[in-house]
Amino acid sequence: MNPQSLPDRDPDALRRATLLLAGMLVLWPLLVVSQFRPAALFEPGNLAAMGHFLKGFLPPEVSVGFLGLLVKAMLETLAIATAGVTLALLVAAPLAFAMTHSLSVSRIGPGPGRLRGEVLRGAVRLLLVVLRGIPELVWALVFVRALGLGPAAGVLALAITYGGMLGKVYAEILESGDTRPARALRQKRRSPPRSGRVAALLYGLVPGAVQELVSYTIYRWECAIRASVVMGFVGAGGLGQLMDQAMKMLNGGEAATILIVFLLLVLLADAISAWLRRQLA
Amino acid sequence: MGFRLQRLGLVHANGLRALAGVTLAARRGERIAVIGPSGAGKTTLLRLLGTAVRPSEGRVEVLESNPWQLSGGALRRLRTRIGTVHQAPPLPARQRVITAVLAGRLGTWPWWKSLLSLAYPADIAGACAQLARLDLADRLFDRCDRLSGGQLQRVGIARVLYQQPELILADEPVSAMDPALADLAIQQLIAEATGRGVTLIASLHAVDLALRWFPRIVGLRAGEVAFDLPPVRITDALLRDLYASESATLPTQGGEPLRLPQPGAEVAVRRPACQ
Amino acid sequence: MQNDEAKALQLCFSCVITLVIAAAVVIASFAYLPLGPGRLFSREAGGEMLEFFLSFFPPDLSAGHVRKTAWAAVETLAVSAVGTLLAAVGGLLLCLPASGRYGWAPRALARGLLNLLRSVPELVWAALMVLAAGLGPFAGVLALGLHTTGVLGRLFAEALENTPKEPAAALLGVGASPALAFVYGTLPGVAPQLLAYTLYRWEMNIRMAAILGFVGAGGLGQMLYYELSLFHQAQAATVIGAMLLLSVAVDAASAVARRGLARAYA
Ligand SMILES: Nc1ncnc2c1ncn2[C@@H]1O[C@H](COP(=O)(O)OP(=O)(O)O)[C@@H](O)[C@H]1O
Ligand SMILES: [Mg+2]
Repeated sequence: MNPQSLPDRDPDALRRATLLLAGMLVLWPLLVVSQFRPAALFEPGNLAAMGHFLKGFLPPEVSVGFLGLLVKAMLETLAIATAGVTLALLVAAPLAFAMTHSLSVSRIGPGPGRLRGEVLRGAVRLLLVVLRGIPELVWALVFVRALGLGPAAGVLALAITYGGMLGKVYAEILESGDTRPARALRQKRRSPPRSGRVAALLYGLVPGAVQELVSYTIYRWECAIRASVVMGFVGAGGLGQLMDQAMKMLNGGEAATILIVFLLLVLLADAISAWLRRQLA
Repeated sequence: MGFRLQRLGLVHANGLRALAGVTLAARRGERIAVIGPSGAGKTTLLRLLGTAVRPSEGRVEVLESNPWQLSGGALRRLRTRIGTVHQAPPLPARQRVITAVLAGRLGTWPWWKSLLSLAYPADIAGACAQLARLDLADRLFDRCDRLSGGQLQRVGIARVLYQQPELILADEPVSAMDPALADLAIQQLIAEATGRGVTLIASLHAVDLALRWFPRIVGLRAGEVAFDLPPVRITDALLRDLYASESATLPTQGGEPLRLPQPGAEVAVRRPACQ
Repeated sequence: MQNDEAKALQLCFSCVITLVIAAAVVIASFAYLPLGPGRLFSREAGGEMLEFFLSFFPPDLSAGHVRKTAWAAVETLAVSAVGTLLAAVGGLLLCLPASGRYGWAPRALARGLLNLLRSVPELVWAALMVLAAGLGPFAGVLALGLHTTGVLGRLFAEALENTPKEPAAALLGVGASPALAFVYGTLPGVAPQLLAYTLYRWEMNIRMAAILGFVGAGGLGQMLYYELSLFHQAQAATVIGAMLLLSVAVDAASAVARRGLARAYA
């Protein structure tokens, strides 16, 4: 053994110190920009506002009039989610259909339609990116400005963003499944005559993927319930709008009841969605 | 006193009896080898001495105290004085050798020193010196998952040497090493015992190692002490009875035939090769 | 052939019932909501909508406004990063009791707390935090921190429960305190997984931070809310474009990072 070769200093130390320094150099401006100031929590004004609001939490508001309002808002939230996902389905299906490579004849070999097909798919992909790249809450805010307060804004917002999400995932599911039957249907040139795109989709691709497609849609419906509550905060109806009003009025009792109902609703949606998806499997 | 066990029994949670009526005591600085077939209870015995499991019956006394009557803090202080070499050293895969060795003193270092040591090793020279005794100093800054089984075992031994305990419990500490390295590792454990008056009890799968290096051999079979003798009084018949093997050869390090009896050897502490 | 068809028909009987129920639910939903076709799809309403959407174009790309938008985007990134970091710390603290290290009672308590933190959406937390800490990005940091602590704490606890216990047990055996045994014995083994979870949540939080501003928690969201309330559609369009860019950039960066991580741990 060669004593000189043994290190008496940590060879990793420089790398670690550099990383640490870099981390601090990044963290510092982040803290400044995000106005990280825990002391703000303990300023008397804020403490009083929060304390007053939290004190109002107990007891939760349970007057009959308010509960009636609550039930209506809850049904509205469920209806927004369901209607939104249904419209999203209508948006997503044709887009996914256009996106799916294995349905395209032009892709199989060089042909006159190839360029057109590629351009079309590129455009659809871009459209999907735009649809799901803008959060549903932003769409909701925009639609509230256009249509006024109420559930219509929430439904349209869900239709757009969830349409984009469903479209992308549907296309992925269809592509990742066994695409041979569909390709075969599209390629056969003599009798029986070459199948059309729609027929290839329905008979070639959908049967193998239907379970996954439905399962993902149900999962999205569950997410939509959460989203439709949240969208209420910008005025798109349902529980969220009620919650927003309660908070603006600093009415802790109502906020507490709404929060509890919301948590129960999410649990319920969770359970229904899990049950439905188990039935599928 | 190193330790004293009286009529000790242990039944595992699944109802399996691992030890029964074990009475065994060691003076301070004594060196004991425990041999016996697989499943005899060697590991269980050492875990019991290391206060990792509680006896079902009988009395345990380790380093002058009954661990199961101590408060939490006192038990922890007692544990800092006991070093265990595990058969398969339980080291996190991505940890470096130096960190694994320094962890031997976590019980005695103040907490801030332990934390700082994660940023920069608190005692490079100390860890290096212990690894050098085991011919492993060149892997000081390697990651543990880049070492072989035998090298990992040596890291485990270096951790215990670095811990500087008063009682060393070694559970088949050299089972993954070749004969030459095994001899070296056992030598270093024994040097530690004789040099600092540490009590050493090692379970060994190889009978030749036990006979060559230890002045006192305890045979364990089915959870009971079969014999407790100096090596010169160990006979072939005793061993064959212990391992219940008439025809097969007795287990040795490297598989060479066993020769009886063996004189003990003088040991010198290896000079560390680092500052 | 005949048999198969009969079977298929039989099988589909339950599908048909499910479909009918689903259709009924959908129809009921549309009927319940006040969005009669006259309101949404009449020519007049359609014309108004079109006019409104056209008013977003062209977006305001003047240097001053773009600079303001870029700054809001930076603020959004900072909020997401600090909020996620806060959550990683909180998750690390709560995952210890939640993984059952201190017995069943602290475990149940910690799990309940994590569930509560997780089930309240970020935006609701943000609305509460605006009350507690005042308007501005810090409220967003707290909101993301609280919600994500719930998510990460649970993921961390599961990671801890699935990691080998022997290294930490061995360190307890040399008299180390439980905290040090965790840091030296358990953390090195789970750290890569915890880091991966944290990065994954950060990715989601960047998108989320962009909209938390709607309730006054700073960043792009607050700017968009402000511009829309003043009917500055062209300015709002720039902010929406920035959100879109941010989302696409995060997608791309996360794909690259994933590939890098996969290689580092291969
Ligand atoms: N944690 C445990 N739970 C149940 N039985 C165990 C446990 N550990 C060991 N045993 C059993 O106790 C007996 C003694 O085991 P051990 O002490 O590991 O033997 P050795 O180390 O001599 O091979 C064996 O029969 C083994 O199966
Ligand atoms: Mg064993």
